[in-house]
Amino acid sequence: MNVSTSEPELRALMISGLDGDAAAHRTLLENLSSRLRGYFTGQLNRIGRGPVEAEDLVQEALMAIHTRRHTYDPAQLFTPWVYAIARYKFVDYLRREKASMRDLPIEDTKEITTSDNSGQVESSLDLKRLMAGLAPKVRQAIQAVKLDGLSVSEAAAQCGMSESNVKVTVHRGLKAMARLIRENRS
Amino acid sequence: MKTDQLINLLSTNLEPVKRGETKKMLTWTILAGGLAAVCLMLATVGLRPGGGWFLSGYLLLKLLFMLILIGAGAALLAKLVSPGQDGRKLYTVILLAFLAIGSAGVCALVLGPPAARDQMMMGSQWATCALCIPLFAIVPFSALIWALRRGAPTNLRRTGAVAGLVAGALGAVAYAFHCPDDSLPFIALWYGGMVALCALLGAMIGPRLLRW
Repeated sequence: MNVSTSEPELRALMISGLDGDAAAHRTLLENLSSRLRGYFTGQLNRIGRGPVEAEDLVQEALMAIHTRRHTYDPAQLFTPWVYAIARYKFVDYLRREKASMRDLPIEDTKEITTSDNSGQVESSLDLKRLMAGLAPKVRQAIQAVKLDGLSVSEAAAQCGMSESNVKVTVHRGLKAMARLIRENRS
Repeated sequence: MKTDQLINLLSTNLEPVKRGETKKMLTWTILAGGLAAVCLMLATVGLRPGGGWFLSGYLLLKLLFMLILIGAGAALLAKLVSPGQDGRKLYTVILLAFLAIGSAGVCALVLGPPAARDQMMMGSQWATCALCIPLFAIVPFSALIWALRRGAPTNLRRTGAVAGLVAGALGAVAYAFHCPDDSLPFIALWYGGMVALCALLGAMIGPRLLRW
């Protein structure tokens, strides 16, 4: 990830996403996923791990970026925020893998600017299994709002919850999924 | 799962995000933690007996020292939960506060009568002080960890250390209302020392508590 490449565009997309612009958020996540893939593939190559592990990390990082986006301060640069999350997730991965961390120059990442756009690799995560790990109410709300694309009021009617309850449940559900994704690795 | 599936899921029915919630939550956590520490002080050792002491310069000095640490620490925590930010100047503020009280303590020892040195350093209740500050810090520390887990700390050891520092300083604020020992060396040694110890403990257990 190169700090200067497209900081203004990415930051504008992020800020629109924070305001609730779904299209901007989608574009942002698509853009970031190819950057993250380039970063994680490069890092994992050095320790002999393949594209599936890289895709796991891409998805874990995207999930983290999404569920923790409230921690981005729009007055600050956006790229360092993303980079810090990606780096944190990579270090966390190494700690769990107990790979020999000392041999890895993890700071030395500026040269990796390649964006791998394939997006064809599947991670080891299974959406159905992730969903199965959620509490029934939460699963129902995520299914309605996030997978079936129902509006919040439609989902509220379907799940028999209030609209604000649906929003809170979906929010908590995504956080729970982020946890499950992280635990999937260990 | 393909990454596109995940992106679909994440961007469908996107909710807007409220701004500034993290800072607000940290502020409330610190206030509530401080209040809990004061209540614990009242319920255990109680207020310092006698009157007039709350107008003494020593209480003000203890509170000032601690409030500087709490203020700088809180500002640091707000940065530490937001990936990619650092707050170097704030570390300097914390360091200077310790240096100032440390050198004031040494000066008072050197200038004071040699016979009084032991009394100046140990006071009448050094053991109570050493016990109470970390004890009063437990509730604020737990509350801070809970709040920080809602952010995205990427330097867990440092975040744990600053959380320990702020919690220790809150514990020391509470203890100051009981503390009968008024001397600069005492404040430097026991207030400074115990708060530093809390920071060290925070650094040790922070990474395990804050991982996400």
